[in-house]
Amino acid sequence: MSLSGFLSQLLAIVLSLLLAPLLMGWVNQWRCWLQNRSGPGVLQPYRMLHKLFHKESVVAEHASSLFRMAPYIVFGCMVLACAIIPTLSTDLPLSPAADAIALVGLFAVARVFISLAAMDIGTAFGTLGARREMLIGFLAEPALLSVLFTASLISNSTALTSIVEYLAHKDFAIYPSLAFAGIAFTMVSFAENARVPVDNPATHLELTMIHEALILEYSGRHLALIEWASALKLFAYSCMGLALFFPWGIAEAEAPLALIFAIPALVFKLAIGGFLLALIETLSAKMRIFRVPEFLASAFLLAVIGMLVHFLLGA
Amino acid sequence: MLNWLSIDVVLLVITIWLGIGVAGVIALRQFGFVARVLFPLGGMCCLALAWAALQMIGSTPEIAVLPLGLPQLPFHLRLDSLAAFFLLVIGAVGAGISIFAAGYFRKGAGTPPGLLCLEYHVFLASMVLVILADDAYAFMVAWETMALSSFFLVTANHKLPEVQEAGFLYLLIAHVGAIGILLCFGVLQANSGDYTFANMRIQSLSPFWASTAFILALFGFGAKAGMLPLHVWLPEAHPAAPSPVSALMSGIMLKTAIYGLLRISFDLLHVDVWWWGGLLLALGLATALFGVVFATVQTDMKRLLAYSSIENIGLLLAGIGLALIFHAYNMSALTALALTAVLYHVVSHAFFKSLLFLGTGAVLHATGERNLGRLGGLIRYMPWVAWLMLIGVFASSGLPPFSGFVSEWLLLQSFLFTPGLPDSFLNMFIPIVAAVIALIAALAGYAMVKFFGVIFLGQPREEKLKEAHDAGLWEKIGMLWLAAWCIALGLFPNFLIHLIDSVTVSLVGVGFGRHATESSWLFLAPWSIKRASFAPLLFLLGVTIGCLVAFALVRILYHGRLRRSPPWDCGHPWQTARMQDTAEGFGQPIRQVFEPFFRMRRHLPTPMDRDPSYKVEVSDHFWYGLYLPISRLIEFLAALVGRLQQGRISIYLLYSFLTLLFMLFLVQR
Repeated sequence: MSLSGFLSQLLAIVLSLLLAPLLMGWVNQWRCWLQNRSGPGVLQPYRMLHKLFHKESVVAEHASSLFRMAPYIVFGCMVLACAIIPTLSTDLPLSPAADAIALVGLFAVARVFISLAAMDIGTAFGTLGARREMLIGFLAEPALLSVLFTASLISNSTALTSIVEYLAHKDFAIYPSLAFAGIAFTMVSFAENARVPVDNPATHLELTMIHEALILEYSGRHLALIEWASALKLFAYSCMGLALFFPWGIAEAEAPLALIFAIPALVFKLAIGGFLLALIETLSAKMRIFRVPEFLASAFLLAVIGMLVHFLLGA
Repeated sequence: MLNWLSIDVVLLVITIWLGIGVAGVIALRQFGFVARVLFPLGGMCCLALAWAALQMIGSTPEIAVLPLGLPQLPFHLRLDSLAAFFLLVIGAVGAGISIFAAGYFRKGAGTPPGLLCLEYHVFLASMVLVILADDAYAFMVAWETMALSSFFLVTANHKLPEVQEAGFLYLLIAHVGAIGILLCFGVLQANSGDYTFANMRIQSLSPFWASTAFILALFGFGAKAGMLPLHVWLPEAHPAAPSPVSALMSGIMLKTAIYGLLRISFDLLHVDVWWWGGLLLALGLATALFGVVFATVQTDMKRLLAYSSIENIGLLLAGIGLALIFHAYNMSALTALALTAVLYHVVSHAFFKSLLFLGTGAVLHATGERNLGRLGGLIRYMPWVAWLMLIGVFASSGLPPFSGFVSEWLLLQSFLFTPGLPDSFLNMFIPIVAAVIALIAALAGYAMVKFFGVIFLGQPREEKLKEAHDAGLWEKIGMLWLAAWCIALGLFPNFLIHLIDSVTVSLVGVGFGRHATESSWLFLAPWSIKRASFAPLLFLLGVTIGCLVAFALVRILYHGRLRRSPPWDCGHPWQTARMQDTAEGFGQPIRQVFEPFFRMRRHLPTPMDRDPSYKVEVSDHFWYGLYLPISRLIEFLAALVGRLQQGRISIYLLYSFLTLLFMLFLVQR
């Protein structure tokens, strides 16, 4: 392991831990502006995390240790996910630990743990949330995998760093298969990050909530960790999308100094991405829960069509 | 010290098992002796078997001839790498199950413990013999012994009518399948009259006869494995059997069918036609999807696991199908990769499914309930069983870093990179299958979350569950052994892949593992780290460090204060256990999304009902669309034959007379 590799790995982890709440705040702020509200400011998530960490944790009487473990495990999963996705550099020593398939497995571990924790208390809302979360997961997961498969088939590798290196070096041309994959990926990211057409992060209305129902029983530091983990998840998905579809500006092992330019490039791309996310959220209405499988099934089919197109056109 | 061959050790183990069985019959009702002495002894024999098989993998095949059975027709036995690999699975998994069984069987109704002990060990011995057999005669004898002994085990509680029905169905399908296998051997010996496998290997069949043999084998072994549409016995037989028996059947017996299919398609048959693989792939995928969709809507915990077994068998069949396609086009490296994925999954499924079945046994003992709707909250009363089951659940959902993920990863890798198949349609089609497998794996996660969540989490749905006790010491040790392997196989896949290498070398001449694992023992990388890699240990380390650092920082920078209070539940003032999702409720979205898969009958209340009730019956299309018509046809034909039987001697004499006349007529011509 080279020193520059170690440094870029450390930088990637620290940066994602610090930037993730900021991205969340940025998206929320834009949502407010687009909806003619003034908004709490982009730093609001940090204040909220600080507040929650200070509060004592209230746990249901009969909660098992699974319930108390879950936030840490989910947080650990998301940190690892941010570490292996090439956000700034493709020179990541941790990256060979998990390729694209294992990355999806990592998200699945987090999902299963949080769903089990929600079922642990045994309230109506908890199990409702777990059921809906698994419903979204079982369609979103194969769709995400198929998107990654399309990219792997183009670059002939499932290692994320190799995929990104290959895509960054190819001549600029619009790959029809990647276009399909891109649309599918966007749809999946909305579902996986509990964003508006699928779920509303601001609701506590029992009929509509999915993610909020899962974490209803958490408070204090546990809730803070989960909120931070969902910010990390949004960050990881955004970075994955940027790395797959707009891979320019990511540093490589041969040129470690490119890291200096990689950070502003990433911030710039994330800022635009966050704005677009808020825009789409504002422009769309939330779906009924049973429209969600249709929505995700079309994402899955689009991703599969992307794979087909790759074979038909060779691109 | 005698210089024993591995095959001698295996034969010795079989003999001891039979001896244990006989001892069980002698001590028919000596419960303590049978449970605490004989079953653990059988478990030790399993370990010896696994050890002998481990020595054997990769060395030259050993042959033995047993002068058993008919004169001039001895048993030919052969222990090669493929056989040794499956013996290793039987030994390693069987050890855990036997130890568990030592604490499991109770006094009470049903078959006496001594007789169960005989059936159990005969079952184990016959499975070993199926693997060892090197001629059709020995194979069929062992195969039938396996079917019969397991039939008696399934019907241990033979007083219950549903157990009788399940046993009958199992026996019927097992025998219909056995006919297929018998006919397959008949085709394979190609009129030479010599039924040894050695002879079958040197025969070269025409493509038509080879395909016939393959289809017959697929039918026969498919019936044993639970392939669509021959799967109907599985969800009936598994819940009926005692849990260690379900574990043996699901974990090991289904794998003997996979073994038979591998033996015939890669060892005995030489003609390779790509559509065999295509057929197997399509059937396997259909089986897997069907199994997992049905698993999600089950309300009986053992039925749920039985459907999950159908799913896993489907994945195995799909993997074998892929290997056959590659084999037909002489792409040995890819064949080896697909076979490695299949064999890895054989091992991991054997471990985690046995673990899960044993766990349901412990729950059944503690609560007396199999119905998911009457369980819940058991993690607080049976923590050992719950946490051990959680490991099995994770392995079964294919989550990293447990054993199920490694095989899923290998399978997806072998489906994804299929460049250079001469057939452009196949080239396009096979990677798409990877997407379907991803869907199946995700659904398996859904089914497993439901399984674990409804049994162990939440509030107990019945008052009596609060008195549930944890598993006994023997049961804990048995489950611990299996769970430990689920973790070890997930964290250190390269050791098993080295073993599998010897098997694939003996089958197709190439193993992919040697160069894949030589770069570093840490990484699992079929081609190169640049192309695809997975390092389970690093993966686990990454997540663990993330957790621990988060934990430490929270404690150092802030505090660890905690207060217990009633659950918040959005401020609802009172909650009961009945407000949680039932098993039906948890499966309801899947029922809606995959509606055409099920045959559903809904009974909805009208507004006028005084005592309104809502009922949905979910059943299998195959049962009504295929099995019932066949059974009606058979009854119709039997009735026709019945007309001949009038029960009067004069009529029968008339038949004889007419037959005689007909014969004379034929001879005259």
